[in-house]
Amino acid sequence: MKALPKYKAQESVVYIDTDSAPRILFYGEDFLLEDLPVGTRVIYPRKPLMPLANPRAAIRYALTHPEGAEPLHAQLRPGLKVTIAVDDISLPLPPMQRPDARQLVLEAVLEMLADYGVDDYEIVIAVALHRHMTAAEVRRMVGDKIFDAHWPDRLYNHDAEAEGGIVELGRTAHGEPVRINRRCAESDLLIYVNINLVPMDGGHKSVAVGLTDWEGLRPHHNPTAIKKSWSYMDPKNSELNHSATRQGRIVDEHVNVFHIETALNNRMFSGPLDFLMKNEDDFTEADRIKFQTIKWALSKTPRVARREIFMRVPAAYEMIAVHAGATEPVHKKILDACFKQYAVPVRGQCDILISGIPYISPYNVNSKALNPLLVQVMADGYFFNMYRGKPLLREGGVLIVAHPCTDSFDPVHHPSYIEFFNRCLSETRNAEQLRDKYEEEFARNPSYIEMYRRGNAYHGAHPFYMWYWGENGRQHMGKVIVVGADNAHVPEILGWERADTLAEAISMARQHMGRSAEITLLHHPPILIADME
Amino acid sequence: MHKARPTAAAFYDVDGTLVRTNIVHAFAYYAFNQPTPWRSLKKAARTLISVPLFWALDQYSRKTFNDFFYRYYEGQSEDRLRFLAEEMFEEVLKPAIFKGAYDLIRESRRAGLRTVLVSGALDFTLESLAQHLGVDDLIANRMEFKDGIATGKLIPPELAGPNKAAVLRDYCQRHGLEMARSYAFSDSYSDVPMLASVGRPTAVNPDLRLKTVARSYDWPIVELR
Repeated sequence: MKALPKYKAQESVVYIDTDSAPRILFYGEDFLLEDLPVGTRVIYPRKPLMPLANPRAAIRYALTHPEGAEPLHAQLRPGLKVTIAVDDISLPLPPMQRPDARQLVLEAVLEMLADYGVDDYEIVIAVALHRHMTAAEVRRMVGDKIFDAHWPDRLYNHDAEAEGGIVELGRTAHGEPVRINRRCAESDLLIYVNINLVPMDGGHKSVAVGLTDWEGLRPHHNPTAIKKSWSYMDPKNSELNHSATRQGRIVDEHVNVFHIETALNNRMFSGPLDFLMKNEDDFTEADRIKFQTIKWALSKTPRVARREIFMRVPAAYEMIAVHAGATEPVHKKILDACFKQYAVPVRGQCDILISGIPYISPYNVNSKALNPLLVQVMADGYFFNMYRGKPLLREGGVLIVAHPCTDSFDPVHHPSYIEFFNRCLSETRNAEQLRDKYEEEFARNPSYIEMYRRGNAYHGAHPFYMWYWGENGRQHMGKVIVVGADNAHVPEILGWERADTLAEAISMARQHMGRSAEITLLHHPPILIADME
Repeated sequence: MHKARPTAAAFYDVDGTLVRTNIVHAFAYYAFNQPTPWRSLKKAARTLISVPLFWALDQYSRKTFNDFFYRYYEGQSEDRLRFLAEEMFEEVLKPAIFKGAYDLIRESRRAGLRTVLVSGALDFTLESLAQHLGVDDLIANRMEFKDGIATGKLIPPELAGPNKAAVLRDYCQRHGLEMARSYAFSDSYSDVPMLASVGRPTAVNPDLRLKTVARSYDWPIVELR
């Protein structure tokens, strides 16, 4: 009988041995292939869960057998004022192959509305302060038929700055204002169509956050709430989630909200990129040739072209769960499905955490760059927070990330980021000071407001959230070292150290943490959440 | 001692920025509304023939264009110009206001900014517009009148190109406003000096040359059209 290799303790957690293959790390629009020190722990995502055999049937079943609510058809009658809100382009990442899960749900819902004579309905894209989606992006998300029938009069982006467009429903016991889109607040029925990619999505956050304005976000999108969130991916221990939940409960008191939540598996790569879903020790010769060919081709391609190529490769995500009904019971079931896909049991913290940073984040889909502020949010914000229980990285530990950190911004999508990074962040990295001194000025900047409303720009306040997002990571970690930065000033402004190679970065980290420091590589994407025992 | 919060302003160019018309439209309105049909015909024909020249001069220099263009007003009575200005606002300017212009001014006011129109057009042609938009002030060119008749010359300082920046600076000093915290909005490359003089320049519906400058300096670009 052939024994399993000793480094394969379990499928998702492996240890580097003397004969281990080098590991692939994302490095922006490129990859690094690195030999890791013997004993390094590598955490892989789980294998993709089996998808629902018939998602359309599952959606219809969810609508007629909801959790904690009357079936959707039982709530419909002619003359009813209905608003359907949908998640925006920040989910899923990268955008999924067509048909998008939202298209499938919308088709089922619209068919039901038509059957029951409901014609006063509108579809709002819950962008909050994210950029407005373009017509082409919306078409891709909802499908040609729905787009052609509704855009732009009955299918449009939420506008957090429209005069009279926001209604304050009340305040929570903590004094948090609950402010949402007027059309949604004044509807007899609000249907929310969600995609849950990670556990911080969905639930009360959908309406209370996705359909609000700057004032409505202030209670939780601030450094104080972020510092109390351990982690964002662990709703029970996230102040961010607690605050949104308090707001959402007030929403539920005033508005009849019918949630339809979906969970996807993690089949992020397929076809020629399917080797990225594998443990490198299991690579076949064909996988190695594919990787080397892609690496060679990328080395001959300019960054802008590489970026365009990557942005045009959709993910092969498949629906693994869909539930509908009242906010909390629906979200509980979807969270269970989410954790089943993403949570990887991990024992013991590490001293040095390594992570490659890919080309994409929730905030730069179809943008010209993953700008320095977004590189920061991926490292200090998202990747640091990919745990449940306690941080994967020990307090005072070192985070090593790989990214070129090019000083490049998309002026159409991220105009306020440019000013924030160059003017504010070069003055101070203190999140409270930045909030007190600059956030309101940016949020009220008429140019940024107009670019948000009439263009495709993130709101003026958004870069502040990106910096706050990294706040709990920054207060926990000893230092961050970036591998392969193509300039000195970006890491300096971010407060990071630089290394030319991963080996150099590990050596620097060991000087800080000691020779016996435990090293872990978080091998993503696809997404994984370290479920700390 | 408590220091009062410094104030700032939002300066808006008008033609092409807040409205889709320009000063030639205003002049054409006057040309077509002369006291007699014959004079209207003559004036209108002269204006139409001059359009290519106006365009060429504007490409060369806004100041040269102004010097040349405003000569066409020579000999017209002040009463008539002012009287027709209100009608012109209703018929020409008001329908040409970009929808987003109202929002931009509302947002500026909400940000606590003093709102000021700054235009190379003649002041009496913009007074109704300024009132309609609810702005705090209007800075525009002034026509010289002698015995109630336009001389075709502007009263200095003439508002065009680099001059706009100097006028803005003077305005901010007089009103205790901070240039560094002030905004300027324009659609035209000729207003680069004005845009560059404030801390918050914004290109609005920019022409190609201004768009290139705005991209180079990371100025926000807004489309109100």
